[in-house]
Amino acid sequence: MIRAVIVMNTQGKPRLLKFYEFQPPEKQHELTRSVFAVLSGRPDNVSNFVEADAIFGPGTRLVYKHLATLYFVFVFDSCENELAMLDLIQVLVETLDRCFKNVCELDIVFNFNKMHTILDEIIFGGQVLETSSERVLKAVEEISRLEKSSSSVSFVPKSVSGRFGR
Amino acid sequence: MEQLKTIGRELAIGSHGGWGQSKEFLDLVKSIGEARSKAEEDRIILREVESLRRRIAEPDVPRRKMKEYIIRLVYAEMLGHDASFGYIHAVKMTHDDALPLKRTGYLAVTLFLSEDHDLIILIVNTIQKDLRSDNYLVVCAALAAVCKLINEETIPAVLPQVVELLTHPKEAVRKKAVMALHRFYQRSPASVSHLVSNFRKRLCDNDPGVMGATLCPLFDLICADVNSYKDLVISFVGILKQVAERRLPKTYDYHQMAAPFIQIKLLKILALLGNGDKQASGHMYNVLGDIFRKCEQSSNIGNAVLYESICCVSSIHPNAKLLEAAAEATSKFLKSDSHNLKYMGVDALGRLIRINPDIAEEHQLAVIDCLEDPDDTLKRKTFELLYKMTKSTNVEVIVGRMIEYMINISDNHYKTEIASRCVELAEQFAPTNEWFIQTMNKVFEHAGDLVNVRVAHNLMRLIAEGFGEDDEGAESQLRSSAVDSYLRILGEPKLPSLFLQVICWVLGEYGTADGKYPSAYIIGKLCDVTEALLCDDTVKAYAISAILKICAFEIAEGRKVEMLPECQSLIDELSTSHSTDLQQRAYELQALLCLESRAVESVMPLDASCEDIEIDKNLTFLKDFVQQSIENGATPYIPESERSGMSNVSNFKSQYQHEASSHMLRFEAYELPRPSPAHVIPQVSVPTPIADLFPVPETTCNSETSQASKLPSVAGASSAAHGIKLHLDGVQRRWGRPTYSSSSGPSSTTSTEKTTNGVTHIDGVGSQSRDKLNESRRQQPEVSAEKQKLAASLFGGSAGKTEKKATSTQRAPKGNTRNAERPGAARSRSPETSKEKAAPSVPDLLDLGEPNPTSTTIVDPFKQLEGLVGPTPMPSPLDNSVKTSGFETPDLMAAAYTDLPPSGSSSGSLSSTTRDMYSVDKTSNTATSVPSIKKGPFPQDSLRKDARARQVGVTPTGNNPNLFKDLLG
Repeated sequence: MIRAVIVMNTQGKPRLLKFYEFQPPEKQHELTRSVFAVLSGRPDNVSNFVEADAIFGPGTRLVYKHLATLYFVFVFDSCENELAMLDLIQVLVETLDRCFKNVCELDIVFNFNKMHTILDEIIFGGQVLETSSERVLKAVEEISRLEKSSSSVSFVPKSVSGRFGR
Repeated sequence: MEQLKTIGRELAIGSHGGWGQSKEFLDLVKSIGEARSKAEEDRIILREVESLRRRIAEPDVPRRKMKEYIIRLVYAEMLGHDASFGYIHAVKMTHDDALPLKRTGYLAVTLFLSEDHDLIILIVNTIQKDLRSDNYLVVCAALAAVCKLINEETIPAVLPQVVELLTHPKEAVRKKAVMALHRFYQRSPASVSHLVSNFRKRLCDNDPGVMGATLCPLFDLICADVNSYKDLVISFVGILKQVAERRLPKTYDYHQMAAPFIQIKLLKILALLGNGDKQASGHMYNVLGDIFRKCEQSSNIGNAVLYESICCVSSIHPNAKLLEAAAEATSKFLKSDSHNLKYMGVDALGRLIRINPDIAEEHQLAVIDCLEDPDDTLKRKTFELLYKMTKSTNVEVIVGRMIEYMINISDNHYKTEIASRCVELAEQFAPTNEWFIQTMNKVFEHAGDLVNVRVAHNLMRLIAEGFGEDDEGAESQLRSSAVDSYLRILGEPKLPSLFLQVICWVLGEYGTADGKYPSAYIIGKLCDVTEALLCDDTVKAYAISAILKICAFEIAEGRKVEMLPECQSLIDELSTSHSTDLQQRAYELQALLCLESRAVESVMPLDASCEDIEIDKNLTFLKDFVQQSIENGATPYIPESERSGMSNVSNFKSQYQHEASSHMLRFEAYELPRPSPAHVIPQVSVPTPIADLFPVPETTCNSETSQASKLPSVAGASSAAHGIKLHLDGVQRRWGRPTYSSSSGPSSTTSTEKTTNGVTHIDGVGSQSRDKLNESRRQQPEVSAEKQKLAASLFGGSAGKTEKKATSTQRAPKGNTRNAERPGAARSRSPETSKEKAAPSVPDLLDLGEPNPTSTTIVDPFKQLEGLVGPTPMPSPLDNSVKTSGFETPDLMAAAYTDLPPSGSSSGSLSSTTRDMYSVDKTSNTATSVPSIKKGPFPQDSLRKDARARQVGVTPTGNNPNLFKDLLG
């Protein structure tokens, strides 16, 4: 099972935190910090895997990818395959790239709710849901299309829209 | 200028339609980005949180505005600030009918709330309603919330709806429903136990995605109970076959692999089902062979499937052909340049050697390389492998390596782990006593207090008893070498407390035993120990007891002990100590000093640590006394268990309970004080040196231990006996060689009983077996000394090769004599062979011809590259990760795509942007700058982004200014 997805920049500032088992905010922050401490200490040309049992408990590992100014980190337990997780990061990044056209950190900062939407289409409740970035993209587009069409409704006062909804 | 900024902002917002946030949010992000310190950032967010708190509570906040507030709250909480005041508003938002608001609400609550939060109760109703919605997106959002927010108690409330959704017409919904059900199973298996058949049913879903999702819960179910799913083996094999033969729709391909994630899950399941089941494994051989044959090795995901197949093969009933294929794949991993693949290779090797230890031999070289690698993860994985491979023949080299590594890391968690592994290996395979003690010293010195207390006791025990040999000479030699090493180590600053305890004990027992050091010298050293800055009470207790023992030995010998001034001051200090334990020890020492030599000898006999104390649990020797007292009119003793009915003032507890039940009021202040948890200082006392050999850290064995033997009292005796017995067995068995422990398992306690005052009386049978042991041990040091040199030279060089060593050691037990005859020959030959081995391995790397990521560089269609790469032989092809991070990557995706095989459909589907960026990366990789390509084909995009970046002023990192430069061109 995937325990957490963390996206942070190379200065340790979180850009997206998603824990599939609830962690209180302080704990989330602490975990992010310790992950960053581990990652920033790693040289460039080494493997993308880190054993994380000191941070997340026994048996957990994390896979990370350092891309431009961002670290993409997936934390998971022994039920997952490291190389496959690495590819899942690839799927996520690919999707983000298609979504934002030349994705960079700023896109993620300003659209982190969209980022959540994308992630929810890839990982659901800690399990891999979808690995085709094309289909993820299609789903996300459909969501945003529907949201847009319904967002026109949201200009109408609540009482009216309430009637519409029923 | 101001206007321009606004335009830029609007561009930034407008570019992504409804997703964008308002100006305020951009300002917030901007100011955070500009914050120079953590404190400043905190201040900004606190201000933001305050303003949100105020505004969110205003009446009639427009709903769209509210949505933005909620998102800003999520953002603030992500940065570590409390946003709990807004939770209720997020909950309210989930009730909204408009989809964007509802989704935002769900997103916020899943991030904010734990499954046990009080507000969940307000959401359950909404979730129930939404699960029935016509709009499948609403259903999906609700399902996502279900996964995160529903706990054991609320499962029944939504369960019927979720089950209903398993037959929803939309496959996306079915998939998510299966996963939600899986989540319920994880939360509380009992709640969905009657629905397990649904998973089996969904396995036959005609959408492969749903089938794939079903594999996750089935994997969990099979983990819990393998046997009830054996019937599915054939179906799983069938599915895997179909997938591997590419009979799934093309859309499930990923990087030219057919549904790799489904394959991986299936392989994991098959590994479980085939474990130890010959018949089930038989069904799998065919399809596994197919996968090995067909598997794509050029892509990351192909290797993932391959690795999973190796795991599967190593788990199921062994099949020679498949093992061969697995070994071959493993060797390809190990020979790869990618650290990731090496890591997988080392892991796979660790699995395969469990079945066939010989496989490791041909990879010794690669393994050594991994050990020398700067990559920490790889190193740890390799240590794990070595740990599995350790035999009595290579233990010295491996443990030596581990200790070396242990010294250099600062991560306490891993240090503890590796230290315990060192100890375990040393205990299991130690070739000589000296080596064991040296190793333990190193472990203690560097891992110190991270080591388990038990280990220290084992070490003390070993020094006291040796290996159970009857060779007095060897034993005393062992002791004096230990004393020597400890006196030397004491010179070092900052020794860990546990190690000091061992040192003090050994110096006290054996410091003066061989007459090499005068007692005053040892006592002086011990006093130094207590004067150290960080000396805790336990160490002080050990030290003063050691001093006491030395004084006692001196007095018993008839020599006069003159008190050193520092020792006297130590006694003075401790006799006024806050710790009663230390006080007692100090007074005992003072009392002992006044005794005459004969008395001292009987109180404190020399080397009595091996004596076993007979404890009479029933206290039979008191019978007469009790009888006499009763005759004299004393009331007979009533056991505590029978006493409860009596209204005794001293029986406070029962009285209190009685009171509590009658009054129904509980006054916390009257609660009984709890017994203090596990006290720290084990009691070391005068007449029972054995007690400080096994200072059991349980509360049961506290100060009564000493009294028990001095004037056997009632309470402590039994517990003390229990405590000591506890430590006696098990310890011995853990220690010795397998032969020893197995032969003398039950009699290990008796052997210690027989050792009194260092004189051993051993019966015929025991001595026979021990003689044999001695013989073998005496031979082994010769062999191992030989090997140690060999191994050192082998392991030390980069072209090291333990293979030779491994084979020779395998022969060792059979033909010790032959080996001993020509050690010189073996030694002179080994460097040659190792060179021979090393030389071909280098071209091997080149000849491999496996289509690893480097070959993709060569195939790369871009002209610049052809020119650059073509003629260069590239002897050591650059690593994947070197590409991505060795140079400042200009763009996120440029780096991301380096991992992709550029051929085939995937590259065709790439946008031209990324392709171009791809080439940029490649060129920068080869360290030539081709500035003309650096411009992206979407100048508007780049410009827009740059404008946004500039006006927002967020330069997210100082490290990589290139990000924006590249975008600009």
